[in-house]
This record gives sequence, structure tokens and C-alpha cells, in this order.
Amino acid sequence: MRAIGIVLAGGSNHRMRELSNQRAVAAMPVAGSYRGIDFALSNMSNSHIQRVAVLTQYNARSLNEHLSSSKWWDFGRKQGGLYLFTPTITSENSSWYRGTADSIYQNLDWLKNSHEPYVVLASGDAVYKMDYNKVLEYHIDKKADITVVCKDIPAGTDVSRFGVVRVDDEGRIMEFEEKPVETKDSVISCGIYVIRRRQLIELIEKCAQEDRYDFVRDILIRYKNLKRIYAYKTTDYWNSISSVESYYATNMDFLKADVRKYFFKTYPDVYSKVLDLPPAKYNPGADVKNSLVSSGCIVNGTVENSVLFKKVFVGNNCVIKNSIILNEVYIGDNTYIENCIVESRDTIRANSRYVGENGIKIVVEKNERYVL
Amino acid sequence: MFTIYKIYVIIPDIGRTNITTRGDYVIKKEMIAMLLAGGQGSRLGVLTAKVAKPAVSFGGKYRIIDFPLSNCINSGVDTVGVLTQYQPLRLNTHIGIGMPWDLDRNIGGVTVLPPYEKSSNSEWYTGTANAIYQNLDYIDTYNPDYVLILSGDHIYKMDYEVMLDFHKENHADATIAVMPVPMEEASRFGIMITDENNQITEFEEKPEHPRSNLASMGIYIFSWPILRNALIQLSEQQSCDFGKHIIPYCHENGNRLFAFEFNGYWKDVGTLGSYWEANMELIDIIPEFNLYEEFWKIYTKSDAVPPQYISAESKIERSIISGGSEIYGDVYNSVIGSGVTIGKGTVVRDSIIMKNTHIGENCTVEKAIIAEEVEVSDGVVLGIGEDIPNKIQPKIYSFGLVTIGENSYIPPNIKVGKNTAISGSTTPDDYRNGVLESGETLVKAGDRK
Repeated sequence: MRAIGIVLAGGSNHRMRELSNQRAVAAMPVAGSYRGIDFALSNMSNSHIQRVAVLTQYNARSLNEHLSSSKWWDFGRKQGGLYLFTPTITSENSSWYRGTADSIYQNLDWLKNSHEPYVVLASGDAVYKMDYNKVLEYHIDKKADITVVCKDIPAGTDVSRFGVVRVDDEGRIMEFEEKPVETKDSVISCGIYVIRRRQLIELIEKCAQEDRYDFVRDILIRYKNLKRIYAYKTTDYWNSISSVESYYATNMDFLKADVRKYFFKTYPDVYSKVLDLPPAKYNPGADVKNSLVSSGCIVNGTVENSVLFKKVFVGNNCVIKNSIILNEVYIGDNTYIENCIVESRDTIRANSRYVGENGIKIVVEKNERYVL
Repeated sequence: MFTIYKIYVIIPDIGRTNITTRGDYVIKKEMIAMLLAGGQGSRLGVLTAKVAKPAVSFGGKYRIIDFPLSNCINSGVDTVGVLTQYQPLRLNTHIGIGMPWDLDRNIGGVTVLPPYEKSSNSEWYTGTANAIYQNLDYIDTYNPDYVLILSGDHIYKMDYEVMLDFHKENHADATIAVMPVPMEEASRFGIMITDENNQITEFEEKPEHPRSNLASMGIYIFSWPILRNALIQLSEQQSCDFGKHIIPYCHENGNRLFAFEFNGYWKDVGTLGSYWEANMELIDIIPEFNLYEEFWKIYTKSDAVPPQYISAESKIERSIISGGSEIYGDVYNSVIGSGVTIGKGTVVRDSIIMKNTHIGENCTVEKAIIAEEVEVSDGVVLGIGEDIPNKIQPKIYSFGLVTIGENSYIPPNIKVGKNTAISGSTTPDDYRNGVLESGETLVKAGDRK
């Protein structure tokens, strides 16, 4: 294979509000049966990238558990494998990852010991399918130093959590702004980069010497005139889950037939850790409309326009509308939930009522549960 | 449950052949299981036309063999030989290296054992005990004290370790798992007559006037030297069978035979009726056989990761539905496998629909068993008309069921009666006036294109 992969899954994110108290964004459950990082990892695997490093730092327990075996994504072959790198204390260094570039710098040996000529850098918090080989071919074709995957967005979209680029006719990036408050441009960076391995090592080392730690700010933006940085435009589905609003919207997108067809029924598949859960069960009184239901759920009430993740229990006479119920939530009888995201392993007492007025409400209810 | 797996290492026992030595010790497992999965299961009709019975889907995402395999690993039995013969492809791909059941092991694990050619003579497995006899070498490799004989066509949860403890306590040579059945049904089974210590004094195969209601479940634990000897002594026996030959032989030789009474859920899914019933029992609010318990999980090879989608026009009640299915119609009282599509306006009732089957729009499906990868076109009506017995095989296709074999195709607007069977890629010309009357059978060669 021509490339190795690095998945950046380290960040915490205040835009995720209470949801990131529990886990890194890359470990957020998505679309009923997946986690954020499954998309990047499946893309790597499906692009025949066999050596992949995942760099984690913030609240990685949930992510580590998810990645405890690499077999689900078909890594763990004789050649290659899945590497999980958390910060460690070494004789030269005893700090946390101070930024994306620093996290790569602290694991530079792995990069140096690889022999593949290219590196694909991706983040673990986006939902998309992509053949990275196509980006790589474009990269080689353009004789680029760095290729950034970009996407056009409709005018008027809030871009304050994205990198915004301006591209010339040839595809070369002229301007790169990180998380601007306001911009005229409508092309955003998807946070997926292709770069030659030696080039990356050189840039990262130089960066570290100057005590700079961020890949976007200190490499992409500083070198935009010096290096040939190109934009590879994608028109396929791509959505970041790094804010509560976009997380909610992305999950709800899966209620659309075309999105489901694209992710669930079109080659190649997206893989995830398989739990041994029985099929979902619909008891008398169940009334499920326009919803996604995952394995292990037991439904006794009404569920509308919602996403039920794995092993959710919905009690009698419950009404759940326009909501996302994460893994292993128990919902007691006669409960009403609307416009909410209910955190994993919550126990909702019977006769409760949670409604998100003006926007999405995040419900965290760690009541005691008696398990039989 | 959650036992320490029994890997024993001991100093070589010079008397045995075929032992696997590792330096100055040999591999030893206290008990290994031999799972008989070679039978055709002809009473399941078109469902087993292309797959062995243990590989038939059950309960949406499972296959029948998942239950004994999961029981094995949950009981701490980590070495399982699976004896295959009839149509083993599906079974082989399902079992693979045993990863879903945690049976991918350095020492032991799951091994598929098909019949093989030998230097002197070669034959198929002619009977249950003959199949074990032909694999003496496999068993000897693990140097076991006990051998557990299982069959791959029962739905149950059982701790074989408890049975083994019973076997040891009684210093038994063979222990047969039995369960009490209603006296009036006892004449369908092999019946064990026991004394007050559970020792078997007599047994009767399908007796007309049963003297006991303890039916053999086809699960045996043998002390290996006893079984080994019996197999060798009876090696010339035609179609050597456990129930017919090995157990009587042991009994005649004065071996200690005990009956281990099991009182949990156990279902033989050998007929279409019992297969359908066992599936339907999973739907009860608190089913007698509960798949949702944390304790004693049933494992399977899951190929569908995505969740299922239920559309705004659907109504689903009293059903279980597996991952990756897309439901646009109504489903009542049914068991739906993974990756199934049910079109708009379709009503499915009291039916079993297996993996990746596609049901078109505006269909009516009543009391049907539809196997994997079937295409049912728009407007098809299954399960109408009178309950007339099947004309060719009334014993197989009964219970008022419509049975459709895997990879079949049913053209649009066809009406199908009760006690019918359909298999293969059918065309409108195969149906007189677009109807397959109750009691008819339509089996065509060739798969759906």
C-alpha cells in the first residue's frame, strides 16, 4: 500500500456541551449502531490503508473500549495494524499533546519507521465515505505538497467551527482561515489531508523546533504560499458531528432514504464493533414511525422521528419525539421526551417529562437502576 | 457460567496413542464436545434443500447451530468438533474459525470435521456414532476424560458443566440428558426408565405404551474410555447410532447409565410446525426462551451492522426485527431477519422472514416461512384459501403454512394457498390463473436471476 493513516481523535469540544463529559467526540455514537471514528477507520480499511494510528488524549476510555480489537475494521493483519497512541512520559517529553502537530511529533518514530510514501490524515469526528486513493491520485497528479479535502457549503452556513479556504482556478489554496467569525468564502476544509510522509516529518520537526503545535495554524496557514497546497473537492455526503446541533442534524439525516441507502446499502460498508445483541423487539402498544431502531431495543411505547441506539428500553405509554436516545437508556413508563438527546446509560424515571424548548436539550439522568 | 476453561497439562500417559506432546507435557482437555451437524433435516422441506438444518436461520439473526455452540462456550467447553456432511457450505462459512463464539483458540477451539478419504476404505458418515468413530483421532488428540455429544438442531440454553458434575457425582459411564414430556406425547421419543437414583434401568425407542415420560434429548456425556471401546467394538455395525446401538451396547455390558433431568426450555425444531412455533414463542412479552438476558448470551456471526428503519406509514406490534431491515409496511406477530425490505402497503402477519429477503408493495403475507434472499414481487398474496393438506408431502407441509425456499422469485400479483411450498425462480406461467391452490407444491430448479 502507498499510504499509512493517522486519525486525530484527541480533542475535547465545548460545542458538544455535556455530551463530551463522557467521551471524546470520535467516540460519540452515530446513526444508531456506529461511533464517529468508525467512518474514518472504515474509509481507511476500504481504501486498503493497513497501518493506521489513532491519536487520542481527551477522555479516551470510551474510545479505547471501542477500539479494543481491530478485527471489526479488518485491521490486525500480518502487515499493518491499528495503533492507539495516547500521550506518554518519555525521557525527552512529559507533556500532553499540545496540539495536532505536537501529537504527531510525539509519535514521530512510528511515522519514521513506516515505509509507505504517503500519509492520510483524518479526523475522527466526521460522517462520510471516501476512497482516499482518489485524493492520493489527485495529490500526485497536481504534484502537491499537501492536499486538503474540501467541500462547498451553501451560502449563509455558520462557518465558525470550520477552516475556510479560497481556491484558485487550478485548485490551489490561496487563503486559509481557521474558524473565522465571518467570511465571504463558501469552501470549507473537511479536515482530511494527504501529504508525503517525508514532507510531513520535515514539517512537523520544524514546527516542533519553533515550539508550534497546531497542524492547521502552524503548518497549513503558515506555509500556504511556500508549499503547493491543493484542495480536493468532494461533493459526497460529509458532515461533522463536532457540535450538538450538527450532531443532532447528522443523526436525523439517517432518517432520509437516500442517506441510508448511501451509507448502509452501497458498497463499501461502514464497519463497527459488533455486540452480541438480539433483534429489536416490538411489544403490544409499540407505535414506531419514521425512526431508526438498533439491535437489543425493546419498545412498548410511541417513537416518532427519532433515533434509538442499541439496547434502549422504552416503557409503556411513553412518547418519544424528534429525539436521540443513546445506548442502553432505560425509559420508565408514561415518560414524554421531545427534542432531546438522552445520554448513554441514563435511567429515566417513570412519568418524567423532558422537552427541548428553543433547541436541543441534553438529558443526563444518572439515576440508580436495578438490574435483574 | 464464566468458568475457568479447562486446559490441563500433565506428564505423558504412555498408554495412549495420538497424543499431542509439547516438550514434556501433553495437551489435555477435561471434556470436549462433538456436535452432530450433518443431517439434512428433510422434514423442513424446501428450507433445507440447499442448507443443512443446523444452518437454517432462527429468531431473526441467529442460526440453529448458534444455540449449542453458545451453550458450549458458556459452559466452559472450548473444544468443539462439528461433524458436517449434508450441504455444509453455509455451515462452514458461518462457523469459520469460531470467532463469534470465542472459539478461535490456540489450543482447541472449533474444528469442522467432514467425512474424508482413508487409505483402506472411505465412506460417508453412516450414522451418528459412526461419525464419531471416524473421528477417533480428533478426540484422542485432546486426551479428554469426557466427551459431550450434541446435536445441532435444538433450541435451548443448558449448562453442560452442571451435567458433567452430575456425571462425576454418580461415577457414571454415560449420562443422557432427559426431559419430562406429557405422557400422551411420550410415544414420539426415546423413553428412559430410571430408578430412584436416576440410574437408567431400561429404555424404549418410541414405545406404544410408555412406562415413563422422560424423553432423551439427544445430549450425552460419555466417559471417553467407555465410548471409545464401544465405538471400536461396534465399528462393523451398519449405520451405527447412539440411541439404537451405543446406548444398548453400554447397557448390556453393565455400564452405569444415568439420566440427567433438564427442566428448562428445549425445543426440537425438526418440523416446519415446531420451527414456526419456536420462532413465534420469542415474541411473547416475557418469552419462556429469553434472548434479552445478560446471563447466558447467544452469540452469532452478525453481518448486518446498521440499525433498522421503520417508516412513517408502518405499524409494528408483537414482532422482533433484526438489523439493517427497512420496513415500510405493517408487521404483526412476526420474526424478521436482517437486511429485509418490506414494501409500502404490505401486511405481514404470523410469519417468519429470513435474511435479505425483499417483499414488494401491497402484498399480504399470512402465516408464511420465507427463506433467505427471496424476492416476492408487488401485490403477491400468500396464505389464502382453505386448509387443504399438501398433495405430495402432507406430513411436511402442514400447519396451514406457506413455505418458500431460499433464492426463490415470485412474480407480481400471484396468490398462494395454504400448505404450499415454492422453491426456485418461478414465472407467471407456473401459476394457473395466477394462483397456486392450497396443497400444491411448486419446486423449480435454478436460482433467482
